[in-house]
Amino acid sequence: MNELDNKSQAAQEFLKGLWKENPIFISVLGMCPALAVTNTAINSLAMGLATTFVLLSSSILVSLLKSVIPKQVRITAYIIIIATFVTVVDFSLAAFLPAIHKELGAFIALIVVNCLILGRQESFASKNTVGLSILDALGMSLGFTFAMLCIGIPREILGSGSLFNISLFGDAFEPWVVMILPPGGFFMLGFLLLGFNWYAKKKSQNATDNKLAK
Amino acid sequence: MTEQKENTTSKIIEEKETSSLKLILALGIAGLISGIILVGTYIYTDPLIKANKAAATQRAIFKVLQGCDSFTTLVLENNKLLEKVNDSDNQDTNDKDELVVYAGYNTSKELIGFAIPGSEPGFQDIIGTIFGYDGSKKVIIGFEVLESKETPGLGDKIFKDVDFQTNFTSLAIEPEIVPVKKGEKSRANEVETIAGATISSKAVVRLLNKTMAIWQQTIDDYIKENNLKVASNDE
Repeated sequence: MNELDNKSQAAQEFLKGLWKENPIFISVLGMCPALAVTNTAINSLAMGLATTFVLLSSSILVSLLKSVIPKQVRITAYIIIIATFVTVVDFSLAAFLPAIHKELGAFIALIVVNCLILGRQESFASKNTVGLSILDALGMSLGFTFAMLCIGIPREILGSGSLFNISLFGDAFEPWVVMILPPGGFFMLGFLLLGFNWYAKKKSQNATDNKLAK
Repeated sequence: MTEQKENTTSKIIEEKETSSLKLILALGIAGLISGIILVGTYIYTDPLIKANKAAATQRAIFKVLQGCDSFTTLVLENNKLLEKVNDSDNQDTNDKDELVVYAGYNTSKELIGFAIPGSEPGFQDIIGTIFGYDGSKKVIIGFEVLESKETPGLGDKIFKDVDFQTNFTSLAIEPEIVPVKKGEKSRANEVETIAGATISSKAVVRLLNKTMAIWQQTIDDYIKENNLKVASNDE
């Protein structure tokens, strides 16, 4: 029974980031990368994966060291840990994927201040076991990457007429330049948040209706 | 949520007695570990990053100097161009304040032209470019943008628009390069700007004029002094 509980808790920790507590659509965290680097699908994916690496590594380290780090300096310690991994990502991208590094530019370094990452350390990794922290970090960062792609894919299709740099419509298509400019990020995010909230509202309304009917 | 907050606050109050020494030690160790990881990553990735940069420059040089087979790096010292010896130990000496051009040669070791790096503020940020210059004909023969944050879809046409690129296949630099509206080019020293990206295209013209003002004389001297054989463009 206990094992079953553990399993369902683990599954829950993993799944909550994907949908129920999606960092971008529900918690509205990490808005800086969500608006700034989602002008193409490949940038969205690269940013999502870079964030995944940083979140996962820092969560592991923070949950391992949670009893060693004094409470008074925990935020500083988390920032040191996060910044270290961000710099590792920065160097590695420059070394192995220079084209993507050039595109993402300063936004790689800005992962340090992504509230999603510090938030997970403070509210989860510092209070839970390594295993659960890994699941939580994976779920959250997959949810983040998924949301980044949800914004990035339509922006690239509409704004450049291509997907992952593969032209979709040929020369006849006149791209909506506004979609790859900063306002396009706000439009897309706005529409998606609208959709999510509408869906959530409808769902809760259905639930209350069902209750009343009973 | 508030309950959780209260919990942490009470915990903090409880542990307020932790000695400062322990705090300093904890942060010191964190910093030390972080430092070791960073130094390790740096040592491992730095040669790769440098190689990437060198490869990008090399690709750009071959692109702006068509038919280029090999090139030498020339450094400006006391108004003279000196060939830079490429010894691998001294790679770090390639400082940013050093003014460098690249002389490109074809397979029969004849001079094709010079690849000259230049940068200028554009609409958003500095536009970093490298362009090919034929010293004997005094024309620009190629143009490549290395770094740019110009507006996607508008300003980025300075490197995406094929029509704009054709401006630089044989652009006379004398008396000076002049921007004109699209379709109004009548002289060899005129550049047709991009509609909707006037600021970016004019920045390119400004960049070329400014950079050539620095280099033209020095390059002329260098060609004369070294009696360089210039490749004819007919082949």
